[in-house]
Amino acid sequence: MTAYIIRRLIYAIPILIGVNLITFVLFFVVNAPDDMARMHLGEKRVTEEAIQTWKQEHGYDRPLLYNPDASGLGRFTETIFFEKSIRLFVFDFGSSDNGRDIGYDISRRMWPSLAIAVPVLLVGLAFNISYALFIVFFRATYLDIGSVVLLVAMMSISGLFYIIGGQFLLGKLFHLVPISGYDTGIEAWKFLILPVIVGVIGGIGAGTRWYRTLFLEEISKDYVRTARAKGLGERRVLFRHVLQNALIPILTGVVVVLPLLFMGSLITESFFGIPGLGSYTIDAINSQDFAIVRSMVFLGAVLYILGLILTDISYTLVDPRVRLQP
Amino acid sequence: MASDVLLEVSGLTTLLGDAARPVRVVDGIDLEIRRGETFVLLGESGCGKSMTALSLMRLLPPSGRVTAGAVRLAGTDLLRLTEAEMRQVRGGRVAMIFQEPQTSLNPVMSVGDQIAEAVRVHEGGSRDRIPARVVELMRAVGIPDPARRVDEYPHQLSGGMKQRIMIAMALAGDPQLLIADEPTTALDVTIQAQVLRLLKDLQAKTGMAVLLITHDLGVVAETADRLAVMYAGQILETATTDAFFAAPAHPYSRKLMESMPGADKRSARLAVIPGRVPHLDQAFVGCRFAERCYAVMPRCRDQAPIWRELDTGQGVRCHLWEHGGVLPDGLQRETGDPAAATSFVPESAQDPAAAHAPMLQVRDLKVHFPIHDGFFRRVVGQVRAVDGLTFDLTPGRTLALVGESGCGKTTAGKGILQLTRPTDGSIRYRGEELVGLGHRRMRAFRKDLQIIFQDPYAAMNPRMLVGDLIGEGLQALGIERSRAGRMRRVAELLDLVGMDADAVERYPHEFSGGQRQRICIARALAVEPKLIVCDEPTSALDVSVQAQILNLLKDLQDRLGLAYLFITHDISVVAYLAHEVAVMYLGRVVERGRVDEVLDDPRHPYTRALLSAVPVIDREKRRSVIRLEGDMPSPSHPPSGCYFHPRCPDAFDACSRTYPEETRLSETRRVHCLRA
Amino acid sequence: MSVMPVVLWTDALVFLLLTLIAAFVLYASRYEHMRAPWRRVVRSRVGVATLVVLGFYVVVGLLDTVHFRLALDPQGDDSAETRYSPEVLSLLDLALSGLRERQEKTYSAPFATHLFVKEAIEQPDGTLVRDFPRLEYGGAHLEDPARQRGFDIAWRAAWGALQGLVIWALLATGILWLIARSRGETSAATRAAILAGRTPIPWRIALAMLGIMLVLSAVAGELALAYHILGTDKVGEDVFYQTLKSIRTGLLIGTLTTLVMLPAAVLLGIMAGYFRGWVDDLIQYLYTTLNSIPGVLLIAAAILLLQVYMSNHADDFASLVERADLRLLFLVLILGVTSWTGLCRLLRGEALKLREVDYVQASTALGVGHFTLIGRHILPNVMHIVLITLVLDFSGLVLAEAVLSYINIGVDPTMNSWGNMINSARLELARDPVVWWSLAAAFVFMFALVLAANLFADVVRDAFDPRLKGAR
Repeated sequence: MTAYIIRRLIYAIPILIGVNLITFVLFFVVNAPDDMARMHLGEKRVTEEAIQTWKQEHGYDRPLLYNPDASGLGRFTETIFFEKSIRLFVFDFGSSDNGRDIGYDISRRMWPSLAIAVPVLLVGLAFNISYALFIVFFRATYLDIGSVVLLVAMMSISGLFYIIGGQFLLGKLFHLVPISGYDTGIEAWKFLILPVIVGVIGGIGAGTRWYRTLFLEEISKDYVRTARAKGLGERRVLFRHVLQNALIPILTGVVVVLPLLFMGSLITESFFGIPGLGSYTIDAINSQDFAIVRSMVFLGAVLYILGLILTDISYTLVDPRVRLQP
Repeated sequence: MASDVLLEVSGLTTLLGDAARPVRVVDGIDLEIRRGETFVLLGESGCGKSMTALSLMRLLPPSGRVTAGAVRLAGTDLLRLTEAEMRQVRGGRVAMIFQEPQTSLNPVMSVGDQIAEAVRVHEGGSRDRIPARVVELMRAVGIPDPARRVDEYPHQLSGGMKQRIMIAMALAGDPQLLIADEPTTALDVTIQAQVLRLLKDLQAKTGMAVLLITHDLGVVAETADRLAVMYAGQILETATTDAFFAAPAHPYSRKLMESMPGADKRSARLAVIPGRVPHLDQAFVGCRFAERCYAVMPRCRDQAPIWRELDTGQGVRCHLWEHGGVLPDGLQRETGDPAAATSFVPESAQDPAAAHAPMLQVRDLKVHFPIHDGFFRRVVGQVRAVDGLTFDLTPGRTLALVGESGCGKTTAGKGILQLTRPTDGSIRYRGEELVGLGHRRMRAFRKDLQIIFQDPYAAMNPRMLVGDLIGEGLQALGIERSRAGRMRRVAELLDLVGMDADAVERYPHEFSGGQRQRICIARALAVEPKLIVCDEPTSALDVSVQAQILNLLKDLQDRLGLAYLFITHDISVVAYLAHEVAVMYLGRVVERGRVDEVLDDPRHPYTRALLSAVPVIDREKRRSVIRLEGDMPSPSHPPSGCYFHPRCPDAFDACSRTYPEETRLSETRRVHCLRA
Repeated sequence: MSVMPVVLWTDALVFLLLTLIAAFVLYASRYEHMRAPWRRVVRSRVGVATLVVLGFYVVVGLLDTVHFRLALDPQGDDSAETRYSPEVLSLLDLALSGLRERQEKTYSAPFATHLFVKEAIEQPDGTLVRDFPRLEYGGAHLEDPARQRGFDIAWRAAWGALQGLVIWALLATGILWLIARSRGETSAATRAAILAGRTPIPWRIALAMLGIMLVLSAVAGELALAYHILGTDKVGEDVFYQTLKSIRTGLLIGTLTTLVMLPAAVLLGIMAGYFRGWVDDLIQYLYTTLNSIPGVLLIAAAILLLQVYMSNHADDFASLVERADLRLLFLVLILGVTSWTGLCRLLRGEALKLREVDYVQASTALGVGHFTLIGRHILPNVMHIVLITLVLDFSGLVLAEAVLSYINIGVDPTMNSWGNMINSARLELARDPVVWWSLAAAFVFMFALVLAANLFADVVRDAFDPRLKGAR
């Protein structure tokens, strides 16, 4: 197991280098450091000197990918690419283009993100599984057909409308909760409850439909027939045999996204004014702060790979058939 | 004696599919099963025998429903019980086991828990006693070391062990009737012998009745007390086993028996049943078998025959028995399939000198698959699928490569054609080395070496026309470059394998299994090969269809001088078709020789055990089954010394030390055994 | 009046797509194994109903894809060559020129006759009153709106419905005649069969759906002549016009994205699975890397990049439309880059399985070369997966457009799209009373399209791969 994890982590390095290279090329090749400096200093009438100073201050005064002036390995290390990306591997994100410590910002802003993402995931999972089981128990009845139609309709509605509708109904019409904003500490729940409800409802359509499919697939398998041939009741067959088998794809599907919960939700957070990592990213995009965007891309890639590894490990925990090939 | 009857089924009718066009999978079945007896329901695939069993248990798939009839178990009509009452019957008074132990057990639940579940439902006793009862049941079905095995999961057990677990589960409720739906079809013969023996023993101990569903006449002969022959949703004949094998009453039963291959039929063609099983979504007017019957009379087509009880105790549904079962005048029994056309001239009139020189010499062939492990995924072991295979094949002859699943016979076949790269050893075709040839240089030999696969459904691209499929090799190897020329050849080939030329414009799915296998043979023949590797070409087919294919292969060999490497697990096919036999165990040949030598006088203990396990119809020829302990070891960790010694009844000390060298018993006979 | 055709980049791609579809239809119609699943699609009731709805969307989208510039009226001097207006219009614009030109001052509610905000109005006697002024166009023909409006709307709706019914009756008769001819029966017999629902293709449903859609369109068209049926937005533009224009944007994103990513996904996926070894390692590395970059961030980066490029090279674009079009094209490309990995992985898995299948082995034994083998045996047997992915992805991409536009990394803000409509309307939710009609319009049109696409995708999936029935 340990050997397996270490090997997977080593495999992650070339992937992360690739990720960095792609973002780097995207950001710099068209939008050169000179342009960045000009933008940050205010478009018009910037002296060449001011640009050089800005570049020096922010560490953009070297060649991009290859330094012909340096010698030996330095040709590759004394470049913007190397210096900007090597530090990411030890999670030193440096400072943003407007001078704030990115690492500190991230560590502070991930909590509000988690405060929304984790309840949405858990409540959504519980609701969707229960609903799907309910549908499957009454399969091939009008209850089933009606539910499926409802689910398809729900997944045909853009997430934006769930947010707008939620804000309008609960916030504006009934004045139950504040429409947006955030508070530190325990008081935050008032601000969290609406985004969580909206998040859960928005996920019902696709989620429940997917789980229903998984259950139906399991229910047609041979071992279910065996269980019935033993004389087990429908409820026991469903909850003991079918659920247990269908939980394997469900759980591993959840584990993949688990690490990415840190990244927060771009849309929800900015709609509700939650100071999480999602809105952090959007603000960075809108203010064209590449240092932050680059850090978030790197963080996202790391978390994605972590998710893949966790998935493999979780398989071994829930499925007795799977043993990791170290 | 009425109380003697345990289960009485009358007029059972089951429909599948939507109401607009239902399929009558079971159409008015009557049968009686007595206490303690083994009753066999015999039939080919698609005749409705499994659906009958599921109807009895009320476990039909969602689209299925019983529309008529009664199922009385010692007086109670099962079809009238509520679902809750029926649950008490299932696994209680009637238990059932299925064909695929692989998929019939819950993969994520330990086997102990799965048995315990059945115990809990049907035994009112205290909860503390359950674990003890589970172990007791597992011991009863012959699982070694049951206390340890309770915590294992199905994937950790072999196929035979899984079927034993299924049986243990079925026994939990002390059933009066056990329904076994093809319980050994997915198992090897040696394991099949174990499981059938187990069922017999349990039956003797508990006095339960067994309803055994099978397509295998051998299994019927060895296990049944009474049997019923099913065809197209109906029962055509019932009889006691002795009466049935002495004189089958229905033409279908007779043909079925005659189409069984075997050593005694070597010189003759096998009987075949032409045509295919009718679709069950139609309304039948006459006899369902009329279209395929050799003794068909005009009235068979427009009047359904009634059920008749004969003096012999047999019951039969056939118009012939109005005349006492005698064929009416002018109807001769014909055997053999419609003769294939003779327009094809064998291209290689056999050169008498070359006939005896081996065309294919395989020496110490090895196909290993590496196992990666450890931090750097080094190769830490090998799956020795084929581990030193040696044999010769002469032109115009058939060598049968026999063995149980997992012995490496299929891998060997693919290795010879370089479809899987051999690890080591030598394959010489007409003196030229094939091992190590690249994709390009191998092309020169592709013309001469061809292959036919086991599953005719998977062997053809479903999105190509039959004409293009057969012509593929002609095009690829540049034999016939013009399309018109190819189509001419394709027409000849179709004729050669006994099919109509209009097949060219059709898709594979429009044909039955037997027809598809003919098309596959035509495809292989297109490039005029000298050697064809036949990888279990008939094991996916019903007996009557198998006979057609075997006849065809034999004809083709006689006319074209082909050599076959015939890979199979079926001894009766070997006896019928092969000239020489090589018996494989765990990647190696343990014994080879002429077919009569090996089959009549097996010298290797494994060959002996294998042959003794094959169910035989003829009582005189039955040997006492040599029971092999355990299962075949994993090819990644073969035992030391002789690979067979841990299971060998005759093993002694030396066997575990070195692998036995080849012993020449005669000019043609080789065996690897220290006892020989 | 002469016109100068304009072919935008996305127009060209749409025409390419149409050509490909036509070629595919021609090819598929020759092979039974490709016709059969489509036959199952058109024989399903949901299938034909959604096809009719999607058909209406496609017609609107295509009308909006034929672009041109109108010639300006010659201004006296006949020597000069014809001059063209700088404005790029589409056939749809021309058809809706009434809607396009009848611009109010600012917000007005659906069917309103007065503006949504009060203004100082000069009365005939010279005094100023703060009140809701009459709209310039909406309901302008009414003398006393308060009394006449209800009746006028009802009357126009009825008139429109009648027109719709007449068109439908004509079309239905034509279709009926064609079916009758192909079935070789009398029209009466065919009509009876259709009414009883006994035709293999459920024509009853198809014609009913066609009728509903035609009547709705005709009613909307008739009413739109006199009112702003979905209101007007902040600058007084008709919302109905905006929603219709947004259809093209939604359809383009949904279809062109997959078109763009298809070659890479199919080629790389099959190669990875078929050749294995280092080819597989390389392709797997490529898609794991691309996949591990959060998609939104990649899109954001690319769009930012484009914005910078465009602001630096502002002179290269002849018109706003072309500029917006290029951004749409770029968005489609980058969406393609982020979405090809899923299909690629799917195809790799399938190719891995197929290369071990007996018919591929038989082909190898017959000496067929690698690329012939891929083309003949692997590709045709994964095409159904490609097709299913295409239709399944469509609705997701339409929804994604709205979200991306909301965070300003979607289509150009000057382009009509549902995302932009939602984005601009959202800010007005805080008003009291609420300005709800832009949102509602975008919601209804988007929902109808996505729902139809989702249902259609289910039908297609079931028809092409019965094994996957119910899976998503």
